[in-house]
Amino acid sequence: MTGNIMIVGVGGQGTLLASKLLGKLFLEKGLDVKVSEVHGMSQRGGSVVTYVRYGEKVFSPVIDKGQADIIISFEILEAARYVDYLKKGGLLITNTQQINPMPVITGAAVYPENLEEKLSKLDIKLECFDALSLAKKAGSTKAVNLALLGKLSKHFDFTQEQWLTAIETSVPAKFLEMNKKAFLLGRDSQ
Amino acid sequence: MKKLMLGNEAFARGLFEAGCSFVSSYPGTPSTEITEFAAKYPEIYAEWAPNEKVAMEAAFGASLAGKRSFCGMKHVGLNVAADPLFTISYTGVNGGMVICVADDPGMHSSQNEQDSRHYAIAAKVPMLEPSDSSEALSFTKLAFELSEKFDTPVIVKMCTRIAHCQSIVETSDRIQMEDKPYEKNIAKYIMMPGMAKKRHPVVEQRTADLTEWAENAPINRVEKGSDSSKGIITSSTSYDYVKEVCGSRYPVLKLGIVNPLPVKLIQDFASKVSEVIVVEELDGIIEAHCNSIGVKVKGKELFGNIDELMPNKVAQKLGFPYQTGDKLEDQIPMRPPVMCAGCPHRGLYYILKKNKLTVLGDIGCYTLGATAPLMATDTTICMGASVSGLHGFNKAGAAGLKTVAVIGDSTFMHSGITGLVNIAYNESASTVIILDNSTTGMTGHQQNPTTGFNLKGDPCTKIDLEALCRSIGIKHVRVVDPYNLEECDKAIKEEVGRKEPSVIISRRPCALLKTVKHPGPISVDSSKCIGCKACMNIGCPAISIVDKKAVIDATQCVGCGVCSQLCRQNAISKEA
Ligand SMILES: Cc1ncc(C[n+]2csc(CCOP(=O)(O)OP(=O)(O)O)c2C)c(N)n1
Repeated sequence: MTGNIMIVGVGGQGTLLASKLLGKLFLEKGLDVKVSEVHGMSQRGGSVVTYVRYGEKVFSPVIDKGQADIIISFEILEAARYVDYLKKGGLLITNTQQINPMPVITGAAVYPENLEEKLSKLDIKLECFDALSLAKKAGSTKAVNLALLGKLSKHFDFTQEQWLTAIETSVPAKFLEMNKKAFLLGRDSQ
Repeated sequence: MKKLMLGNEAFARGLFEAGCSFVSSYPGTPSTEITEFAAKYPEIYAEWAPNEKVAMEAAFGASLAGKRSFCGMKHVGLNVAADPLFTISYTGVNGGMVICVADDPGMHSSQNEQDSRHYAIAAKVPMLEPSDSSEALSFTKLAFELSEKFDTPVIVKMCTRIAHCQSIVETSDRIQMEDKPYEKNIAKYIMMPGMAKKRHPVVEQRTADLTEWAENAPINRVEKGSDSSKGIITSSTSYDYVKEVCGSRYPVLKLGIVNPLPVKLIQDFASKVSEVIVVEELDGIIEAHCNSIGVKVKGKELFGNIDELMPNKVAQKLGFPYQTGDKLEDQIPMRPPVMCAGCPHRGLYYILKKNKLTVLGDIGCYTLGATAPLMATDTTICMGASVSGLHGFNKAGAAGLKTVAVIGDSTFMHSGITGLVNIAYNESASTVIILDNSTTGMTGHQQNPTTGFNLKGDPCTKIDLEALCRSIGIKHVRVVDPYNLEECDKAIKEEVGRKEPSVIISRRPCALLKTVKHPGPISVDSSKCIGCKACMNIGCPAISIVDKKAVIDATQCVGCGVCSQLCRQNAISKEA
């Protein structure tokens, strides 16, 4: 069986680090892995998606609608945008942070209300939490990605040490302590 | 050693292992990282050329001098480099020469969806098509062997989903290549009619030889299936989707070389299955070939030639079950890319809009000035088209319209300069604005001839834009700071009002550059804000209206201060 994880967010939020880290962990486990990133235009504040697939043998670089086991979302509107990529009963982990897209800023569209409540009514498992606050607590708003990974880490049987080692090899030494802290805050959050 | 590598990184590894020692490219998504990764190997000389034509000719020169050489570009880059390609096909090479062209089905970061395989056919040059990182590496090495064996440049075609997907590769050591001696050979390297006439048959014979090679090439392989009611011919990402969906149900002919295509191999494959389906992205090139060799297939009638394929579409068309997940009922607002908070292009665009100018636009981050609320530009075609188009527009004299062209520094060096020469030479009263943000922003911050640094990051000759423009005969050249709205407004009014060619250089480094120090976020004093929304007119992603008052998101704001110049209440400042 292949595992399918999607990481979605807003260009510039640091989604690529999360996928890189996951890729590393699955590779070390001896699995076949594909991690598809989006570079280029959408990194300028657009909606971005990264696909992480792992298993005995992985062919497709992307995940289509109805195929994801897990979606990690850096922003709640993006969670709503991609939720139909989840399998029935799949897991959605999302940051509650709201970042207004330009059509909302200009008044051409409205940001839907009560997304958390609406998402909770779908046939999925939902974990909503304020990753931005945890990141701030750890020392930087940029650590949102690690807080989210921390939350995700509870759903895999890698040990805490394995996660922390993967973090050590993926982030610059200067930001290591802060990133580890954000990861642990996410991991221990309710 | 087993490693997870981006397709483009694996491609660069292939260049390294093949003993390639010369790389000249121009950036373009999704091809850019090949050259950036190649530059990390000390054994490889790597450079950014001003455009793809120059890059390809430089790579040809290096091949002529006896080295294995490479140039990389995105699909539209090959339009620019098509001229040398068609004739290098005739001359052939000395050291092996490999070209990467990276297509963008689905147009994630492109202005059109062209299928580069047409170029391989038209230029009569072989083209390989990997379907993961491991093949990106091995096909690159093979491409050099083919280049030298068949005396031809070889194209390796990538696409977004291969280029930007990490998968597992096994690396090995670099082959030590001896330089091939250069020998003067007029009959081979001087393509004037008399010689070219003799080379054309050589090219046709080469295609016949390559077709023969393709019949038994290990990169074209048949994978067995349990059900021969269908057989599938495919390549690249389409192969990945077919395998994902069908597993080993149907026999699959996976093609690694897509030009020239084998004949007997395909006929033989088809004879063993009841129905042949071709799964390929964009145009029906394999399909047309099958039809031309008497193999009846189904392809485009099922899959169409628009957009990238996805697993569910392949499942649906091949009769496999697939599901989609639950959706919310709400309309989800789009999230298009935008110019970043602090982007120097924003202030200038605001002034263009305010002056109601017709703006011939170009390609780069500044293309985003066409989106709401600025909607400041009128056209985007291809790199350089702003400047040349403006000249034509002004010569045609659309009555009463005031016009300018806007073009980035990298794009200006790529192909804006030739258009400006035309403006100077044929004397149109045109104003060209060069948006000099000290980098090639859109493709992820590459150096270019105006930045003063080369691809390896070393200081180098910096083209002086002002002097360059003056030297070709533009008498009015001035520099403005796009963070200063008043200064921009004055300059634009004056230059547009002139009856002679002029250039305005709007200079301020990209807000994302690590070398740029920002003053830090500013904020709105809500007791002063009257909710007039004047600050919203610049379309800054950091500003929004909450409870009828403007608020600035401190996580995004860099403190450029453009919004504060629009606020009549003086409500936006550092202190507030
Ligand atoms: C022929 C061609 N080559 C490459 C590209 C890819 N590309 C798009 S924009 C761009 C460069 C933009 O740099 P610049 O003009 O400096 O503007 P900036 O993005 O920095 O604002 C490139 C290389 C392209 N679209 N067409």
